[in-house]
Amino acid sequence: MKIGVPSKGRLMEQCFDWFGSRGLTMRKSADGREYAGHIDGASGLELVLLSAGEIPYELAAGRIHLGVTGNDLVQEKLADWAAQVAPLADLGFGQADLIIAVPQAWIDVDTLDDLDAAAAAFRLRHGFRLRIATKYHRLVRDFLTRAGVADYQLVDSQGATEGTVKNLTAEAIADITSSGETLRANHLKILADGRILQSQATLFAARSADWTLARARLQQVAPALGLSLDGLAFLS
Amino acid sequence: MTPKSAIRAEAETLFAAFLAAGAVPVDADILLPADTLLDLYGEDIRARAYTTQDPLRGEMMLRPDFTVPVVQAHMTHGAEPARYAYLGEVFRKQDRPTTRPSEYLQVGYEVFDRSAPEQADAEVFALFARLLAPLNLQPGTGDIGILMAAVRGLSTTERRKAALLRHVWRPKRFHALLDRFAGRAPMPAARKALLEHLAKDTPQALIAAAGQFVGLRDADDIAFRASALIEDAAAPPIAAPEADALDQLLSISAPAPQAMARLAGLRNTLPWITDAVAQLGLRLAAMKAQGIAIETLPFATTHMQSTLEYYDGFVFSFHAADPSLAPVASGGRYDALTAVLGQGRSIPAVGGVIRPGLVARLKGNT
Repeated sequence: MKIGVPSKGRLMEQCFDWFGSRGLTMRKSADGREYAGHIDGASGLELVLLSAGEIPYELAAGRIHLGVTGNDLVQEKLADWAAQVAPLADLGFGQADLIIAVPQAWIDVDTLDDLDAAAAAFRLRHGFRLRIATKYHRLVRDFLTRAGVADYQLVDSQGATEGTVKNLTAEAIADITSSGETLRANHLKILADGRILQSQATLFAARSADWTLARARLQQVAPALGLSLDGLAFLS
Repeated sequence: MTPKSAIRAEAETLFAAFLAAGAVPVDADILLPADTLLDLYGEDIRARAYTTQDPLRGEMMLRPDFTVPVVQAHMTHGAEPARYAYLGEVFRKQDRPTTRPSEYLQVGYEVFDRSAPEQADAEVFALFARLLAPLNLQPGTGDIGILMAAVRGLSTTERRKAALLRHVWRPKRFHALLDRFAGRAPMPAARKALLEHLAKDTPQALIAAAGQFVGLRDADDIAFRASALIEDAAAPPIAAPEADALDQLLSISAPAPQAMARLAGLRNTLPWITDAVAQLGLRLAAMKAQGIAIETLPFATTHMQSTLEYYDGFVFSFHAADPSLAPVASGGRYDALTAVLGQGRSIPAVGGVIRPGLVARLKGNT
């Protein structure tokens, strides 16, 4: 059974801690720079170290059986995500909210309703749709459609998204935040009803992976990991 | 699966019928510049159309429908009046598992004519009804123009009317706004707090106090909306009889003659819908003259209300009995769209499309 885990940083360490405290010791191979690892505590398990952003795709392709990544990434990157992966456990770290933020100086905008009205006026005066910078296109678009916000456009921003407003490449942003400090430092505020998703590191199972042999491995470690496999026909 | 050759043959037959009705064949590119479509339809189109990147021309879309290229072609070098027919693939992204195809043929017929819109409406509908008659489909009709006329005449501020008109195609949001403007829904706490804050000082002072200024939306934009909010809070609610009449208008769904009678009854409270209702009367008479059984023709004010936002008058569709299937045919009037794409010029336009894939499939089942 292949388990995909983020390959570096705090997220990797917290993953190792989570599995370790439940009897599965994960460690990187002796050369710390090599992206390979080992799992002790149960047989037939293979550790695969991957970029957190790649894990949703690897799960969808069935190349790994289990994977740890943020549910924001899963829901953004996988169309009809629930048909492709099943969440098994919230791991209790990597918490962050996907939110919509606007400049603090927008004293007339506190809600999505205000954003919609501001977008209409902005388009009339400036001749183009109000730009919202984000890398979460699917989640943001679905959210704004449900809220009935019109006259906006999404512009892609893969990093330093909070800076796009000051750089005049966007009027508002939609991004992940945990403490909100970066937002405040960039003179932005979160809309009162602008929380799109609460995300955290989550253990997912791949529905399309070959579970013939891996199923027994998972059933073996499930009690120690505190996983309930009830209702997941592909795992029982 | 219906063989592609059978679908193509069905499409050719329909196309020939449109040409026989007097249409000129028109071709359109498959790769369209994304900016025009985005400007027109908004971000929603990105969820429905395939986008791709051209190294020189930037973001492009695989043709999601023919309306935009056909209108553009007409506005650039079309004679008047004009009738066009087209046949080709359209592409629609599907984000959920579905039996609906993401690539399929469309055959369409569009009329650009300044005289007697009711005649053009009836001509298009009757042509479609005649071609689809062997399939025993369920027709549906509506008129977004009546709803827009009803909103335009309301005794309230221009700003509120503009907000309602902007969301005519989003029923949920439209109703939420109507409830608020009519005083039927309490003011949301967030808006109340916002208004209290705005009352404390001038917009300029409040903006300065809010922190460092960033972004392209400037102090004028903000101050303008701040004063609009204060003005709106002071405006009286839309009178209950008007709001109720608008609700009744939205709930009309009946055979055309009964719908017509109910609309006529609403003219006492909403006298400004008189012209739009008269136009419906003229259309029904024109349809009757074309042999349509208007006594049983379903009419709903909100028919096809939540489609892409460009229909602004007569709308129609033909459905098979199986509700999981897309409409076999649909269309309507889109006068305002020609103004948007015509850069200052405009022409009344009505038209529709048939999905030959569904026609072939339904014929195969019988």
